[in-house]
Formats: sequence, structure tokens, C-alpha cells
Amino acid sequence: MPFPILTSLVALPIAGALLLMLVGRDEQQAPLARRIALVVSLLVFAETLLLWSRFNGASADFQFVERYEWIPAFGISYFVGVDGISLFLLVLTGFLTPLAFLGSWESVHHKTRAFCIVVLLLESAMIGVFVSLDLFLFYVFWDAMLIPMYFLIGIWGYDRRIYAAVKFILYTMAGSVLMLLAILTLAYLQKEAGGAYSFDLVKLYDLDIAPNLQLWLFAAFALAFAIKVPLFPFHTWLPDAHVEAPTAGSVILAGVLLKMGTYGLIRFAFPLFPQAAAFFAPALAVLAVVGIIYGALVAMVQPDMKKLVAYSSVSHLGFVVLGIAAMNVQGVQGAVYQMLNHGISTGGLFLIVGMLSDRRHTRLISEYGGLKKVTPRLVAAFLIITLSSIGLPGLNGFVGEFLILLGAFRWDPTLTAFAASGVILSATYMLWMFQRVNYGAVENEKNARLPDLQPREWAVIVPIIAAAILMGVLPNLFLRPIEPAVDRLVNQIQQEQRSPTRVQAGIGSRVQDPGPR
Amino acid sequence: MTSSLNAIVPMACVTAAAIAAMVAEAFRDPGERMPIAGLGVVGLVGAAIATVLLWNHDTSSFGVVVADNFGLFVTGILIVVGLLSLAFSGPAIERERLPGGEYYALMLFAVAGMMLMATATDLVVIFLALEVLSLAVYVLTGIRRDSPASTEAALKYFLLGAFSSAFFLYGIALTYGLAGSTRLDRIGSLMAAQSLTPTPMQLLALGFLLVGFAFKVSAVPFHMWTPDAYEGAPSAVTGFMSTGVKAAAFAAFVRVFLAAFDPLRHEWWIVLWVVAAATMIVGTVVGVAQTNVKRMLAYSSIAHGGYLLVALLSANDVGKGAVLFYLLAYAVTNLGAFGVIAVLESAEGANDNVRDYAGLWEAHPALAGLMTLFLLSLGGFPPLAGFIAKWYVFSAAVKAGYTGLAIIGVLTSVVSVFFYLRIVVMMYMTPADSPPRLPSVPRVAGLALVVSAILVFYLGILPTRVLDWAAASISTIF
Repeated sequence: MPFPILTSLVALPIAGALLLMLVGRDEQQAPLARRIALVVSLLVFAETLLLWSRFNGASADFQFVERYEWIPAFGISYFVGVDGISLFLLVLTGFLTPLAFLGSWESVHHKTRAFCIVVLLLESAMIGVFVSLDLFLFYVFWDAMLIPMYFLIGIWGYDRRIYAAVKFILYTMAGSVLMLLAILTLAYLQKEAGGAYSFDLVKLYDLDIAPNLQLWLFAAFALAFAIKVPLFPFHTWLPDAHVEAPTAGSVILAGVLLKMGTYGLIRFAFPLFPQAAAFFAPALAVLAVVGIIYGALVAMVQPDMKKLVAYSSVSHLGFVVLGIAAMNVQGVQGAVYQMLNHGISTGGLFLIVGMLSDRRHTRLISEYGGLKKVTPRLVAAFLIITLSSIGLPGLNGFVGEFLILLGAFRWDPTLTAFAASGVILSATYMLWMFQRVNYGAVENEKNARLPDLQPREWAVIVPIIAAAILMGVLPNLFLRPIEPAVDRLVNQIQQEQRSPTRVQAGIGSRVQDPGPR
Repeated sequence: MTSSLNAIVPMACVTAAAIAAMVAEAFRDPGERMPIAGLGVVGLVGAAIATVLLWNHDTSSFGVVVADNFGLFVTGILIVVGLLSLAFSGPAIERERLPGGEYYALMLFAVAGMMLMATATDLVVIFLALEVLSLAVYVLTGIRRDSPASTEAALKYFLLGAFSSAFFLYGIALTYGLAGSTRLDRIGSLMAAQSLTPTPMQLLALGFLLVGFAFKVSAVPFHMWTPDAYEGAPSAVTGFMSTGVKAAAFAAFVRVFLAAFDPLRHEWWIVLWVVAAATMIVGTVVGVAQTNVKRMLAYSSIAHGGYLLVALLSANDVGKGAVLFYLLAYAVTNLGAFGVIAVLESAEGANDNVRDYAGLWEAHPALAGLMTLFLLSLGGFPPLAGFIAKWYVFSAAVKAGYTGLAIIGVLTSVVSVFFYLRIVVMMYMTPADSPPRLPSVPRVAGLALVVSAILVFYLGILPTRVLDWAAASISTIF
């Protein structure tokens, strides 16, 4: 039996959390707890890199597949695997979690041990979402993830943290419970068609569903994912959650959690219900473009840096949804790549804002000004990440946005024209904020003596910048493993959209089933 | 099916323990400590052994009590409920100087009545069981004689309960008039023969029985007594009656409606549909407005009754299994939650206001963690028992085509999360008003809480075995 690398990825953070339970509760032990958590999260990252190195980039199949019976009476199995689409989301999760720990090294002062436990449990659930190939298992991780995030916002957040935490959990749940019903319906359809219940995604890809029913099921899935993305007009929980969450929470929320929505669209909603997807795609695309422009305009007028970055997320993820809605190879590839980019650049922006607010205990843009002279290194890092977020060629953001716009243009040039205006708007609001914070004279006395980057902060910011440059200069390193899976997905969906009666051959053989062990 | 006395052994064990507890109380000197609860444990363990031995044997006694797997599964749930309730009762009995012997005897008599109700196949025996358990629970509700709230709760519960018993009895009388028998199987075959055009008398009989059951499972609009009774009773008793009474009543409900009155399904499904929807909606929406934890959990238990009604209504193989699994998951979880409430009660006050939970995490992290676990399970979060239970119920509803009910069900469970989280917010995110003086957790109650927590995880992560048992239970009857 090969080493169960995916299971160990899910289990490692949980094991770390259990280990932390042994550490004392009092704050004397906080440094120890932090170090253990950091080491565990670095181990997870190392393991995701190992996964990448052993991943066969030429194959579109699910790899490292593990499958065990879980609740056999209902055809529920523990079924995990990765393909090119989920591979880098795992790497991203592994990459951002240690940075989130480092970034909140000094800003979390109370209940440090519990903080570390919660973040590790969250990491485990996020990894679980990305590796699940059984819909039941996916839903379990999807819902279980809400609880640690809720505690993260509610306990370590800012002033309105309770409101934000409750809003976050209720919004997300309201979307996902209807998806649960859709999942159940799928399992019954599978039973009617194949004689036994199954929540196996690969089997369900092959299921024939009446177009009418597809519309309802797609709507239920898409609602859950649209809230998570968040797609306009389901975005209102996001600014609250982002602003009130502690730095680590914002980084993980923006970096990984939002990707679950777009990942869900790619992995579940579109391939499971191809005809309904074709029907809804224009509407999704319009909402995405509205979100791009609306998010950018609202970001422009925010006085609070964190809120600005939060709205910029709404705008950036609009691009991702647009690429998915186009459903051609460039669009989807760009969407997957942009998911990673957004994780890096927005994660980086939240870390920078966290550093500033650690120093000044405010996030208001008007409180700053002229930082360039006071903290030149911090500002340099800020600049690189800002440019990466805008999509400057040579940095990561450019490649993803370009691919998305290319794919979307082939599909609908008018919408794409509107979407492209979002690129300009994002330059406007980001650079304007950058200018107000960093240029000009130091008008506020409190800003005059701020310390520059500390060694710990170097350790946070250098990996982010390195990743941004690497992804901008060598995109093929990432795009090549993504491509086969995206290719097959797009072909599968387009083929089914063209022929209402399904072609049975060729789709079912995605996994070489090792059989129950 | 073999006929012998074996089928009544489980309830005989519990009854014997109850009588022994009464005798022991009679011989107890004032102030003397006696391990009376231990007698109860012995009786319940004996019942558990008998249940295991009877499993798969389908024995019947007197033709009116049937130890089929369905009844035995519910009996198993009741044994768990009994053991946990005994464990949670200790502190309150010590603190408030309640008469231990009477308390434990009443609780054990109630368990015996519940067991009889779960295995009875004759309407008169069901009524007998209903009265045995109800009378014991009325007294338990009011056992704090010096507390006006407790007395008020008991009186309300008694008056409304007696009223509903009368409805139930009238339903039995009408059914007897129609069928000439009170045996469920004979009623079933008769109804099947006449079901094409149901007579008004059939409908009346059906309606009266429905009212009686709806009252016992606190379904809307017969739920009014629930919050008052739950709030006034000692917390351990509340936990006991919110789980045990519900389990027993649902077992009989399933038997009567899916065995005897199934031919009339065409007439009653719409009524139950509306009742189930109203129960889920009222339970959760009114629960949001509560500031007392016990009242909040009372409304929550009303809502959970609604989910059980959905399972009953779905009435396919999945639905019947779902009723059993849900009853078990709910019993373990809800008892755990009331166990925490019972432990937090102190001599100075009930400490059952939501506000009283502020800062519990600081003061007592283990209790706060356990309470969170139970509340999240009630809210239906994975990987806990409540999630699998709800998933099972909604599976049944989707399969039976009651998608509307399933949608109401999942949306109300989101609403319910809102009020469960209010307690969590208090415990974790709100500082305490004053430095709390918390009682130390008694060892037995602590152990029972840990056992409940383990069961909540077990049913949530590895439910296969229990699901198989539940599935095996429903194939034996109907």
C-alpha cells in the first residue's frame, strides 16, 4: 500500500492540535504553543511540496487516490484524490498557514494556545475540502470548516467581531444547507439509475439528469458557492468578516476560504450539471462583471485599508467567476491561476495591513502618510504586493487576468470589455491607497518613529514576494500541471452541452479505482 | 414469533429496581446516605443485558407486548437516557435535599412505562404505558415542592397532559367501536379493508389519537406546555423528559400510524405535513427570542420533534430508520446539554439565563467545550451525531418526495444555529459580569458528560454500526 499522503495531510494539523492540548493553558506557555503550531504548519507545507514534486503533471487523472468504505449502506466512502485543479490550492493552503501564524505572532495576546489549535483545525478542514471526491465527505469538511473560522473571528477579532462571526456562519450555512439537499437528490438519482446510492463524484459525473431538475440542483450548488466566493449580491458578509477578523483570519479567509467557492463551481457545479451550467453561465458572468466593477468602485471610497482590500477581493474574484463561466481552456486555466494569485497577493496585503496596524493600532488610511521615509523596506514590500495585486506584467496577477480575459473574450466580447475596465479601476484604488499611506510628508507625529521590518516580518514577506515573482516569471511551472485536468474538464462539459443524450464512453474512466481496501 | 414472558424482562428489571428503591427509601434513616441510584444502575444494566439477548428473537408476551428489534432499539435508547439521567440527578438531590428514594423510584417507573410504550402493540396497553410514564414525570417535574416555579410547571403539565390523555382515550374508544379490537394488527387489516371511503368515525378516531400523540411529542400547536414544564423542572428531569418521553411517544406514534393507520395515510399525511412544518418553524423562530437557556432548549426540542415528524411522515425504509437514529442522536446530545446545565445549577440560583454563561470558557473550559459540542451537534454540524441524524432525516424526506419539508427543515436548522450560537458567544466571547463561583463538577456527572461527548463523536464519525442496527430494526415490523 502506498503512503497515504492525502490522509496524512488532513490528519497532520489535527495531530498538531491534539499535541497543543498537552501544552498548558496559561499565557506563560504561549511561545511554546506558537512554535509547535508553526512547526506543524511548516511540516504540512513541506508535505504539500512533496505532493507537488511527486505529482504527474502530464496526467489529467485524479492522483494519490485513497478510497475506503465509510457508510456502505448509503454508498458513502472516504474518497480523496488530487488533480491539477486542486494540487496548487493545497500548496497554497500549506503556504499561507505558516505565514498566518508568523503574521499574528505578536498581535494575538490572549488565548494563544486556543488560537493555534483553531487555526490548525481550520487548515485540516480546508485541505479536506480540496481533496474530497465524495460529495458527502466534501460537505462534511465544508461545514466543519465554519466552526473554527467562527471562533477565529469571534474570539480574536476586533470590536464588532461577534456580529461579523455570526453573520459569517449564518450566511454560509444558509447557502450550504440547500446544497446538502441537492447532494441527497443526486444520491437518489444515482440509486434509481444505478441501483445503489453513491456520493462518488466520479460516478455522479456520469449520471444523466433531466435538464429541468438540473436547473434546480445547479441553483442550489451555485448559491452555496456564490455566497462563499462571494459573488455580487451575496458579498455583504465578506467586508464584515474581513474587517473584524484578526490578521491570520483575514489571510486564511481571503487566501483560501474564498477559493472554495470558485473551486466548487469548477469541480462540482459545472461538470455535474453541464446543461444547467450553460443556461446559468451568462447570468453568473453578468453578476461577476457587476461584482468586478462594483467591488472596485466601493473599494475606492473605503477609509479603512482592510475594508478596501476586502472589497478588492470581491472585484478580483469576479474575474475568476468570469473565467469559469466562459468554460473554455484559457478561461478556466486563468481562473485556477488567478485563484492562486489572489491568495498570494491579497494574503500579502492583509499581512502588510496587519503589520501597519500592529504598529499604529489603526487601519484608517487617513492616519498614515509619508511612511516611505520612515519605513522604506516595509513600503518597498508593500509596493511589490500592491503591483502584484493590480496585475503588473512580470508579477503573478498579470498572467491570470490576461488568461481570463482572453478566454472570456472568445466567449462574450462585450462583457469582457466591461470586465477589463476593472483592471484599470483596481490600479486606481490600489495605487491611490498606496500613495496616501506612503507618500507625502509625515503629518501625524505618531508615524514619525515607526520601526521598519523586523526579522520575523522579513520571514513573512519574503516568501510572499518570492512567490509573486516566481508565478509571474515562470507561469508554466504552474500552468502545465493545471492544463491536462482543465482540458479534460472543459471537453467533458462542452461535449455534454452539445449532446443532450449523453455519450457514455470516455468520461467514466477518470480514476483507476484501487477498489476498497 | 414465540410467546413467552421474555419480552417484558427489560421493563421488569427496571420496575424491580424502582420497587427496591422505594423499599430502601422506607428503611432509610433521615440523613443516612444510601446508594439508591446504584439500584437503578443495576436495574438498567439488567435491562440492557436482556435487550441484547432478546435482539433478533421477535418474542411476544400476552400478544400485546412485542420485543421486536424496533422496540428493542428504542428500549436501548431509553436505557442510555435512564443511565445518563441518573448520573446527572445526583448533585441536585444532594444540594436541594430532594427525597432520593422517591426521585429515583419515579424516574425508574417512568423508564419502565416508556419501555412498555415502545413495545406495546395494543392501544390499551399503549395508554397504560402512557399513564405510567406521564404520572411519574408529572411528579418529577414538581419534586421541588418549595419552589413555586416547579409546582406551577407540574400543575400546567398535569392539567394539559390529563386533557390530552382524555383525547387519546376517546380516540381509542372510537377505534374500538370501529374495529372491535384494540390490537394494532387487527385495526390495520380492518382499516385496509375499508380504506377506500373512510367514514367520519374513522377520521374522528384518527384525529383524537393524533392530538394525543402530538401533545406528548410537543408538536405545534400542542406544544404550549413544553417551555414552562422544561423551565420549571430540575434540569436533570428536563433532560430526562425531553429525551425519554419523546423517544417513547415517537415509538408508539410510529407503530400506531405506520402499522394500524397506514391504510388511511391518504387522509393524515397532509395534516402531519402541516404539523411538522409548523413545529419546525415555531420551534426555531420562537427559540430565537428566548433568554433563558432551558426555555431555549425547550423550543429547540420542539423543533427537533418537527424533524422527527418529517422522518415519520416520509415512512419509507429510510424514514423509519431515521426516526430511530435521530432519537438516539438527539437523546445523547440533548441529555449532555442538560447535564451541563444541571452541573451549573447552584444553591443560590439556577444560573440558567443566557447571561449566566458569560465567560464560562475562562472559568471552566472543559464545561464550556462540552456545552459547545452538544450545541453544535444539536445545530447539525459535522462531524457530530446531530449532523448524521439530520442528514438521515432529510434523505428520507427527499426520497419520499417531501422536498418542501426538507427545505423548511434545512432552513430552520440554520435559524436554530443562530440561537445555539448565542450561548457559544456568551461562553467564549463575552466576559463574565462578576467573577463566577462555580461548583466543582461531581465525578459521576462529569463522567456521564464525557460519555455523552464520546457518543456524540462516535455517532457522528462512525455511524455505520448503529445505522445498520436501525435498519435491521425496521425490517422486523411493518
